[in-house]
Amino acid sequence: MLNDAVIGVGILAGLGLLFATVIAIAYRRFRVYEDPRIDQVEEMLPHANCGACGLPGCRAFAEQVVGQAIQPSKCTVSSAEAIQRIAAYLGVDAGSEEKRVARLLCAGGRREAHNLADYKGTLSTCRGESAVAGGPKACSWGCLGLGDCATACTFGAIVMNEDGLPQVIPDKCTACGDCVKACPKGLFELMPVSQKLIVQCRSLLEGTEAEDRCSVACTACGRCVADAAAGLITIRDNLAVIDYRLNHLASTEACFRCPTQAIVWVEGQQFAKPTAPILPVGRVERYGEEYFQ
Amino acid sequence: MINITSTGPFLTFRHGVHPEEYKELSCHRPIERMPFVEEYTLPLSQHIGAPAKPVVKEKQRVRRGELIAEPSGFVSVGLHSPVDGTVTAIGLFAHPNGQMAPAIRIKADPFSAQRFIPQPPTPPEQIPVSEFIAAVQRAGLVGLGGAAFPAHVKFSIPEGRQIRYLMMNGCECEPFLTCDHRVMVEYADELIDGTGILQHFIKAEKIYIAIEANKPDAIAILREKAAASGMPIEVAPLKVKYPQGAEKMMITAILGEEVPSGKLPLDVGVLVSNVGTVVALSQYFRQGMPLIERVVTVTGPAVRRPANVMVPIGTPMRAVAEFCGGITDEAARILLGGPMMGVVQKSLDVPVVKGISGILALSDNEVRDITAYSCIRCGRCLEACPLFLNPARLGLLARKGLWEEMEENNLMDCFECGSCSFACPSGIPLVQSFRIGKAMIREKKAREKS
Repeated sequence: MLNDAVIGVGILAGLGLLFATVIAIAYRRFRVYEDPRIDQVEEMLPHANCGACGLPGCRAFAEQVVGQAIQPSKCTVSSAEAIQRIAAYLGVDAGSEEKRVARLLCAGGRREAHNLADYKGTLSTCRGESAVAGGPKACSWGCLGLGDCATACTFGAIVMNEDGLPQVIPDKCTACGDCVKACPKGLFELMPVSQKLIVQCRSLLEGTEAEDRCSVACTACGRCVADAAAGLITIRDNLAVIDYRLNHLASTEACFRCPTQAIVWVEGQQFAKPTAPILPVGRVERYGEEYFQ
Repeated sequence: MINITSTGPFLTFRHGVHPEEYKELSCHRPIERMPFVEEYTLPLSQHIGAPAKPVVKEKQRVRRGELIAEPSGFVSVGLHSPVDGTVTAIGLFAHPNGQMAPAIRIKADPFSAQRFIPQPPTPPEQIPVSEFIAAVQRAGLVGLGGAAFPAHVKFSIPEGRQIRYLMMNGCECEPFLTCDHRVMVEYADELIDGTGILQHFIKAEKIYIAIEANKPDAIAILREKAAASGMPIEVAPLKVKYPQGAEKMMITAILGEEVPSGKLPLDVGVLVSNVGTVVALSQYFRQGMPLIERVVTVTGPAVRRPANVMVPIGTPMRAVAEFCGGITDEAARILLGGPMMGVVQKSLDVPVVKGISGILALSDNEVRDITAYSCIRCGRCLEACPLFLNPARLGLLARKGLWEEMEENNLMDCFECGSCSFACPSGIPLVQSFRIGKAMIREKKAREKS
């Protein structure tokens, strides 16, 4: 009786010891060392998993930062203080990464660009309407204004304004690129905030052909080219193209010369000032009422 | 092998839908010739594949049937001037797909007789296959059924493959359209001749001419001509059902076997060609006329005088509509192609291109404002889908934006026939969301590649 108990306990203890040895060897053999700092750095990141850094999520970014393969400032979502904290914690240079924001390369809202047809379907999204004859707008390059980008933006950085154009709030925009993928017309571009001179048009038509479809279209008149520093602006495929390598030479002069306001100087937010109709001298409009001085 | 009968029950595939036909509007109207207009716009991309490359300059004079743009790769075809005239511009013009696309604009010479002088190339019986393929490519031949896939690519059979069955597709299952019907009745000789040219190179065991049973006159005429041709041709009447004219459905109906997912008819030893394409093939090899005109059905309740018209490629749609008495004020929607797969137009100022088989003007009675309700899982779309996909599930996935899962559910097999949308009692825009899904998947693949 007692003998049986002793044998049983002995077998179990033996097995326990055997497994413990196996586990101990396996632990030694297959152990993966993970830098404890990775967890710490990940904790300091914004947990947005947005992919703006080009890596699949914050964890991957933390690994790269700890491995010093990338600088902390590559995370454009984090605030400057957070980046400094990470840099101080790891004792590395924070690096300097210029903030980038998504810019819409179209200014043809409801007031500027007219429709050729009414969309009668039930799938009223940009993707849905552009699948039907390229959307109702006369300009086949233009923004359809139905807010696929605003839906795609996980940071709430895009709001549709009353003109039917998506307005990107620079402070909230993390340049993750979701809107770039969402737009069926491919109108978004991620630009450093220092690129202030922007051609807000993608229409490849020329002259009145372009202007008939949209009042703020680039008509390829070339006036911006004439006044700008040599090589800064060129006309390519009936569209003014800015060479941003010469960005330091950019000035507001081109905007004043543009007859259609297709080329603009953006400080902060796009479409911040509504392109109000030019009022004749003496005519004043205030709170919707018209009167003459 | 399934027996072909002429009294029914006719051969068909499983699933599909039965839309009203509306063919009586134009099916008895002989093909009329469209008078020449002032200006023609010829988009460089009228076919699937790389756009053609212009070989003319502005202000250059061109003759009717002269090559104005050459193929820019293997999956690309030539483009020819439909008139004697002058090239006025090479630039961006409205394309029926809703975009602005590069095109050549030609102003017709008002003093020219616009006569086409036949200059037949070397008879096809005397040339090798490679030369035949090159000639078809130069002639600008594309599938005239609607997809506009370059014909020479289809006709190039890889080494070691044998085509057992050659099938001429004269089903024309889309409601309203009657252009293939009229072509079969009026160009029966050319059709048989073109089939002979193709048969000379393909050497198929058997040739089928598939026609939906609602065209008894075409069936009778082609039976007679086929018997006289001495080729192993059989005219196969098929059940009137949509989408009977989709090549995979047609093969299933005639052979009783399916083309596997992601495979081509070639993989089951079949070559399918639209009847109009074969007529154009005959016209090129016997008269030297490249693809510069095609038959277009102008129809619909909002057209004053529905007709089948031989239209030079590049004619503005507005001119074609005016030739048919114009479009009434009741017109609510204008489509290029049939009502099931046609492309909605937002403007009449687009040219007729090679792939357009019909101009359809629907009135308010046909176009109702649809409200999309929730899916009630009734399963009608499953019964409609000829490919046995699950449109209900795909539709729900599309609503959630789960494109990868849509791909796993064989979205890419869908050929957008519209049967599911037609059958859906809740008015869910299924095909439209599948198109979006396909575009998203294609864009993602392109991004991954770059």
